[in-house]
Amino acid sequence: MSCKEDTGSYPKAQTMPSRFRHALGKHRVTIGSACNNCGHCVALCPYGVYKAGSRRPKVIAEHLCLGLSCSQNEFYCVSRCPVQAISLQLNPSFEVLGDRRWTADLLASTWHMAETGRLPYQDLNYKIGDSGGGFDRIRFIFPKQSSKEIPDDAISTAIELNRSGDNRPNIAIPLPLYLGGMSFGSVSIVTMLARVRAAAALGTFCCTGEGGYPDELVPYDDHVITQVATGLFGVREETIKRVRIVEFKYAQGAKPGLGGHLLGDKVTPAVAAMREAVAGNALFSPFPFHSVYSVEDHKKHVDWIKEINHKALVAVKVSTPTDVDMVVVGSFYAGAHIVQLDGSYGGTGAAPDIAKKNIAMPIEYAVPKVHTFLQAEGIRDKITVIASGGIRTAYDMAKIIAMGADGVCLGTADLVALECIRCHHCESGRGCARGIATTDPALTKLIEIEWATQRIVNMYLAWQRQLTDILKRLGMRNVTELVGRFDLLAHLDYIKPDEVEGELN
Amino acid sequence: MPPKYHIKTEPVPSRFPAITRSGVIAWDEGCLKCHRCVKKDCVYKVYEKRSLEVREMLDSLDTACKDCFRCVQGCPQRLIQKGLNPQYKALGDSYWTPEIIAALWSQAESGRIPVSGAGYGGPFAGPGFDAMWTDMSEIVRPTRDGIHGREYISTTVDIGRKVMALEFDIAGRITTTVPPLVEIPLPIIFDMLPWSPARRQITLALLEAAQALGTFVVMRQSEMSPDVARYLANVILYIDGDMEDLRGEILKNLLIIEIPDGDHVEEMQKFIKEKNSGTLVFIRMELNPTSAERAVKLTRDGAEVLHLVADEYGLEKGKDPCFIKERMREIHGRLVEEGLRDEVTLIASGGIAMAEHVAKIIICGADALGVDIPLLVAMECRVCRRCKEGIACPVELDSVDPLWGAERIKNMVAAWHSQLLEVLGAMGIREARRLRGEMGRAMFFEDLEKEVFASMGKRV
Repeated sequence: MSCKEDTGSYPKAQTMPSRFRHALGKHRVTIGSACNNCGHCVALCPYGVYKAGSRRPKVIAEHLCLGLSCSQNEFYCVSRCPVQAISLQLNPSFEVLGDRRWTADLLASTWHMAETGRLPYQDLNYKIGDSGGGFDRIRFIFPKQSSKEIPDDAISTAIELNRSGDNRPNIAIPLPLYLGGMSFGSVSIVTMLARVRAAAALGTFCCTGEGGYPDELVPYDDHVITQVATGLFGVREETIKRVRIVEFKYAQGAKPGLGGHLLGDKVTPAVAAMREAVAGNALFSPFPFHSVYSVEDHKKHVDWIKEINHKALVAVKVSTPTDVDMVVVGSFYAGAHIVQLDGSYGGTGAAPDIAKKNIAMPIEYAVPKVHTFLQAEGIRDKITVIASGGIRTAYDMAKIIAMGADGVCLGTADLVALECIRCHHCESGRGCARGIATTDPALTKLIEIEWATQRIVNMYLAWQRQLTDILKRLGMRNVTELVGRFDLLAHLDYIKPDEVEGELN
Repeated sequence: MPPKYHIKTEPVPSRFPAITRSGVIAWDEGCLKCHRCVKKDCVYKVYEKRSLEVREMLDSLDTACKDCFRCVQGCPQRLIQKGLNPQYKALGDSYWTPEIIAALWSQAESGRIPVSGAGYGGPFAGPGFDAMWTDMSEIVRPTRDGIHGREYISTTVDIGRKVMALEFDIAGRITTTVPPLVEIPLPIIFDMLPWSPARRQITLALLEAAQALGTFVVMRQSEMSPDVARYLANVILYIDGDMEDLRGEILKNLLIIEIPDGDHVEEMQKFIKEKNSGTLVFIRMELNPTSAERAVKLTRDGAEVLHLVADEYGLEKGKDPCFIKERMREIHGRLVEEGLRDEVTLIASGGIAMAEHVAKIIICGADALGVDIPLLVAMECRVCRRCKEGIACPVELDSVDPLWGAERIKNMVAAWHSQLLEVLGAMGIREARRLRGEMGRAMFFEDLEKEVFASMGKRV
């Protein structure tokens, strides 16, 4: 089954430049006072770094500059400038950006994909971060020579979400990913709508998170997953009936075992109305579901949803405790179609640092444990395993599938596509200064919805391209062939490059 | 149910501006004098509130800036940049990292637990305490909510030797002598500082905080002074001189005395008990590869509390030293094997730098733990260790106001306490006592790596 049969074709990528005056890039290009405005640089640069100006050319897009590696090229402006007026250096602000997981390179390459829909050509590592473990130490073992080149259109990246064999509809998504819950309140309505619209355009889903189901989402019902979480904020019979997938959130990876907390500042009248609460008051989403203390209780929950909506698939979002494998098996027997494992390094609006770093295990451990356990139980083919909480790139996605997931669920990457800079201040004051995770009316206006939708679409188109290339290099026609192929991965701490046959990447 | 333990906190401003990770670099040259400068649009209004701290010439811009980069990206002439602060990078060392120090400062200032958005940005794992994760409960096991007050989670621990069974005579009277037991409301004591500038004011701050929190400060006999008299009920006196110097007065008021491990440890314990049978005796042992066997022997011989001490990096003595967490796991395990674990109390010290270390060292087998350097950091110490060389303290800790210092320490301990509740709550454990040795409720890096990653790349 190819994606085209299910969804027609993918939307087209469209250039969506940064909404700020200067995009952030790795390099800094400056034109000094020696410039005689000959315009040579404007003509030379194929990337559009310069624009003609009245006194001298303007540097309008230094983030598109190839950087020092350009020096080999015919069109290298620095050495071709007749009066040596151009200087090129690393951007000092760049090293302030990002952190060990989302390095400045990963941020900038995600921005590039969101802007252009294509892979970055600048000297940016778009595959791994600098966390020193997990994904960042794992590489694919690609065969040195691929047997026979498989054409792109013969490679399917689609997955099916209902593997249970019950009589509920089969839902297929053309990419092995959907977008995770971010509630109205934790992010702006524009951010929320942009994500849902991007999901609809790509033929996949986006979860509402636990903050109600704003009316603006109704046109996209078929691409919405509505969340039932412990606070039951905004959960109504009609919202459950409206959608094709309902998700129970038992826990979330960023604060496993702890409740949610929306600070009073973010509870604007609109948020309060949606959640049937009082504006200005902090809202707590308790932990756990006080109606669930066993797998039997859990089954009652699942049955309850299935009774209200006879067609919906049920997804269960859980965190990654020591006994995560037992939790998943329990969920399966309770009748869940999808289980989402949310690892501890994912993002959320606000979480205690101690929880993010220490409680529950990273997704790179949880998925293989669960996959192997489900295989031993003989039920791996009956349930869809989705990994989330720390998936940053197309490579992370492909790796976690090879480690046993069917697909992934994303959140932070979408926000980075909207130019989130990961300053980690989503929670403070008026919320996100860049207008993404805020309910402040003025800050919300910083984002335009068409722009935001297209940025997210662009990024995932670039991911689709990368996943297709990975499958092609591995000689696979279908992403489902990749599931659980530990033999195709190497962890650099435990295997030496000369021990493997193939290229590590 | 005992009354709920609550530490009252309120913001206690720092005396010096904090050293921040990055700074704002703004040039004037080439400024177009725009009608509406991007600096005016700062969401956090850092330019409007700008001020200069004259003592160290630190700009408030750097402390107030939250790295949103809007001015950097907005200035038409690109005159505003951000740069990493070399002073920040130079804070502490590879164990006492700038991130740890900055987080302790902010907890001591606010009394609140560190919260941030957008997920975790740190390394995947690391050495020592960063090589383990704690468990959580869902679906098959409930959790507890200790933070928002819906359920009570106790952090109280009992320090002392426990009798495993009571004995009675024919008339039904108890014949067992029950050894003294001290209850502390949170599993933290303040240990001796490995270094510091002149201690008088610092010690008073520690004592004042310990008294308010209901815990203890380990103090050298040689450092006793008349100032300390009113805090005796919160002092653990460490015998580093002549025992005969102990006056009756002090012995009567002291609840706990700590003695160094050595050949005469039994005699010393006996001597103290003879003076006052109600005094609890800690034996201070420097961790080394034979600590587990030593702990078994001392416990058999009637030790009440073993205070196991690593250096400030959490390392034991000797070549190729073992980290405190690993050694504690071994000691705890050996005592369990010998059926002795519940009789003795284990307190671990050295390298405890963050709230998560509290939970982790307890999981690895300690009943309670000692903190040292974080107490100084709460009072703005930069872990530069210049005091060790006799150079003046950059934050003037030698003249710190003890009451201010105590408030800062209380704030930090309150934040640690709340974080311990978070971890306990997520695990579904209602008592710090029951966290001890719960290694099955933790996940260790070595085990997971072996189970999951080591087999990769090998054909099945």
